[in-house]
Amino acid sequence: MADLVVSIAEWWQVVRFPLGAALCLGGALLCVVGTVGVLRFPDFYTRLHAASVTDTSGATLLLFGMALMAPDWMVVSKLVAIFVFIYLTSPASSHAAANAAHTAGLQPLIGPVDTHDKEGLDS
Amino acid sequence: MAYFLGLLVALVGFWLGMSGHYSPLLLSLGAVSVAVCMILAYRLDIIDREGAPYVRIVGFALYFPWLMVEIAKSNWAVVKACLKADLDIAPALVKVKTACESDLAKVTFANSITLTPGTVTVEIEGDKMLVHALYEQSAQPEAFAEMDRRSREAADGKRRPA
Repeated sequence: MADLVVSIAEWWQVVRFPLGAALCLGGALLCVVGTVGVLRFPDFYTRLHAASVTDTSGATLLLFGMALMAPDWMVVSKLVAIFVFIYLTSPASSHAAANAAHTAGLQPLIGPVDTHDKEGLDS
Repeated sequence: MAYFLGLLVALVGFWLGMSGHYSPLLLSLGAVSVAVCMILAYRLDIIDREGAPYVRIVGFALYFPWLMVEIAKSNWAVVKACLKADLDIAPALVKVKTACESDLAKVTFANSITLTPGTVTVEIEGDKMLVHALYEQSAQPEAFAEMDRRSREAADGKRRPA
């Protein structure tokens, strides 16, 4: 039984670095996708949606990956604190930006977006 | 009293998690800083339901995994929308009526909407929320009903009628 626990612990020590690296890579990829969305989407409000991909899943995967690669529990507890604060503050900041735009009178695009027209405007 | 103890436990746990040094000098300095924070919070009169919502932590702990699944699902939809060759988004502004009564429940619901990519709470007026959505068809009022119910239960408990 003790042998099994030791071997599982050793296996975990070997496997957690590639696993964490893969999660970090996935998170970085999601951040890139969010940026692509910010560049492609037509108006302010829709760009906010693309940016929230970076905030939520990108940050989550990056932090989980870093936690898997962390050398000790202190680092993990700090990463957990960062995770909690990101999840508390990022909706507040998105809401503040959206609310400010709405209060200032910026009208959102409504209805299906005409692809060909907007593609030309974007670039 | 429960709010007081909740804030105390949270501050002590936070300090221990951040510091990592457990010599007597640093522990006493940590105790002093926690005490100063408690005194300041008491003077500011924010040791209440919103300043120290740790009493409801079980409800939030049950709510959060469900929210994570929702976030993952809508993330996938927005990632697909970002990478599609044809931009097929159909943005919409919808009014969502919430059954949440307390401010804490409303904030939980509005933040949950904003956290799920593809929907952003633009404005809150009373019990109505103005929500901007990336896809018109995914932003019907029924789509938010379950999130509404769950965030109300997380923040206010199940005892209140809808």
